[in-house]
Amino acid sequence: MGTKGAQILVDALIEEGVQHVFGYPGGSVLPLFDALYDAPIKFILPRHEQAAAHAADGYARATGKVGVCIATSGPGATNLTTGIATANMDSIPVVAITGQVKTHLIGNDAFQEADVTGITRPITKHNYLVKNVHDLARVIKEAFYIARTGRPGPVVVDVPVDVTTALLEGAPDKTIRLPGYKPVTEGHPRQIKLAAAAINAAHKPVLYLGGGVVLSNAAAEARALAEKANMPVAMTLMGLGAFPGDHPLALGMLGMHGTPTANYAVTESDLIISVGARFDDRVTGRIDAFAPSAKVIHIDIDPSSISKNVRVDIPVVGDARGILSDLTEQATAQPREAWHKQITAWKKKHPLAYDPGSGAIKPQAVLQELCRQAPEDAIITTEVGQNQMWTALWYTFRRPRTLVSSGGLGTMGFGFPAAIGAQVGCPGRLVVDVAGDGSIQMNIQELATVAQYKLPVKVLILNNGFLGMVRQWQELFYQRRYSQTTLNGNPDFVKLAEAYGVKGMRVTAPGEVPDALREMIRTEGPVFLDARIEPEENVFPMVPAGQAINRMIGGMA
Amino acid sequence: MRHVISALVENKPGVLAHIAGLFSSRGFNIDSVAVGRTENPSLSRMTIVVAGDDAILEQVRKQLGKVIDVIKVTDYQGRDTIQRELALVKVATPPGKRQEIIGLVEIFQGKVVDITPGDMVVELSGPEAKVAAFVDLLQPFGLREVARTGVVALARGEAK
Repeated sequence: MGTKGAQILVDALIEEGVQHVFGYPGGSVLPLFDALYDAPIKFILPRHEQAAAHAADGYARATGKVGVCIATSGPGATNLTTGIATANMDSIPVVAITGQVKTHLIGNDAFQEADVTGITRPITKHNYLVKNVHDLARVIKEAFYIARTGRPGPVVVDVPVDVTTALLEGAPDKTIRLPGYKPVTEGHPRQIKLAAAAINAAHKPVLYLGGGVVLSNAAAEARALAEKANMPVAMTLMGLGAFPGDHPLALGMLGMHGTPTANYAVTESDLIISVGARFDDRVTGRIDAFAPSAKVIHIDIDPSSISKNVRVDIPVVGDARGILSDLTEQATAQPREAWHKQITAWKKKHPLAYDPGSGAIKPQAVLQELCRQAPEDAIITTEVGQNQMWTALWYTFRRPRTLVSSGGLGTMGFGFPAAIGAQVGCPGRLVVDVAGDGSIQMNIQELATVAQYKLPVKVLILNNGFLGMVRQWQELFYQRRYSQTTLNGNPDFVKLAEAYGVKGMRVTAPGEVPDALREMIRTEGPVFLDARIEPEENVFPMVPAGQAINRMIGGMA
Repeated sequence: MRHVISALVENKPGVLAHIAGLFSSRGFNIDSVAVGRTENPSLSRMTIVVAGDDAILEQVRKQLGKVIDVIKVTDYQGRDTIQRELALVKVATPPGKRQEIIGLVEIFQGKVVDITPGDMVVELSGPEAKVAAFVDLLQPFGLREVARTGVVALARGEAK
């Protein structure tokens, strides 16, 4: 007798504590889906494999657990790749299991064959092709271990169909063998001491928090350090929520669409303490003008992030949580009166602002109102474009893991399936996808998924009839030549939602927004809210590409 | 600056492709790469010659170290090492030139391993610069084909 490979795989998932899987069946995963049929795992069937990958990713971001998705060989697997690359760029722990053609057919251009390990190698933390049923249990165990430890990331496990039908006699081997994988988690005490001394000596420090703080569950530790050492806090897009946005020390987001105060503070600072961030080009702007007189402390679990983009004076490699606690212990309370006075003056002089206009709905006002009404633990996902930046600027994130957004890859179509994943992982909480009319159409088929599973995901479409962010650049830098950014074929989103049995709503006047949002939040099931906003509203402030980050245009009072 | 980097890797399919892909996607320039088994059949050693400034080399080392199938990365820069490359050189032997070529082969301590009426194949090993100098010297006679292995290297002294 023996145990079938498919059953070994499912047992391995259960052993990893997997409760939810997002996936799509197909020929080469038939044995696996047969084993899943009776498994104590809740299976969610999105309507496109890309959505399965994004849902697994959103699930991981919202819950901190490893997200799991499954697709068949060939096109099923290639459809996952955008989602895998999205997770990879933001260091999200995802295990993607793909079917593969029979081992003897690999390389033969068989039906629905694709070289999945070859295709996914540059967009995963690691990947496997399992050619023998003996290896299956161990590989699954290693995949989860690699995905969630060190700098997290996606791992692909490609399993030929004959491996899932093969029988294994006896108990499977589950011993992890990874001699080349030894993530450093504890910061070096000498480096921590140097960093603490630099913090204590700084007159104008800025704590710069990235997604790594969220990933390492270090928000409380970051806050303790900021408060004890009395340091202002700027955040990257991925770092939003790592520190309460309404805290007096919060400066908001920095970078291309950062707040003026964050960008001025970083530029003027004498010490940058970067935690779990990687000095991305959207953050630094012109690199030689970024924090020109600052010393740089860089805390990161990935040694290759250090000194990749900027020179670092004090690197500390390890997990943010432990390092931040150690730093807090060694940091001394400092008044830094002149620095805080300067920051208060910037905040007063350059608050975020927009022209309220007179007729049309302003997206900034919608997001402020949503923030007022939504509970603090609401999860906001975004698509990519203006909707994402307006959310980052005008919705105040107060807790970690409440913003779910594709930061690194910038994937349109991410927000809706990610919201599905977040809602599956956090069933009692309000989950809102802030979308644009362009992005939402990239995975709009997921209306069927929210309808089928009665997932109360709310989709707030900031509908301006444009691919707004690209249009904005065309307006500002291409003489308003709106090449292919006008969306004339948009559907009636209300009717479309209703066709799926999902509640559809529309607002067209600013006065209707608060009530509409209230109704959306109160509705028990899913809602599509089509908010017709000012068509040519821009995201400001903005640092033109290649400029120093203190050279912002627009959006300041 | 030219660095010789030695990476001990798992002897598995796909590892070479992974490293080659890593170098091309990150824009690192490989001068040569040599791969072969080690004393442990489950491990291979890749000897990579790469050029770049200190910042680039630091990234090369760190990015290699991140690859799960890479077990150990050593940069031989500034270390006492033995470096060798093997070349097979097929050179034309124009009438009356054969002895002259054999003279050069002897000076370079190479070996003639094949000979036909019109050409010969020479085997030569040594440091990269010596191989390059030899190939240059044979150029005027007419190089038919050259195959070089790329550098392999080991640090002197006992392995830990």
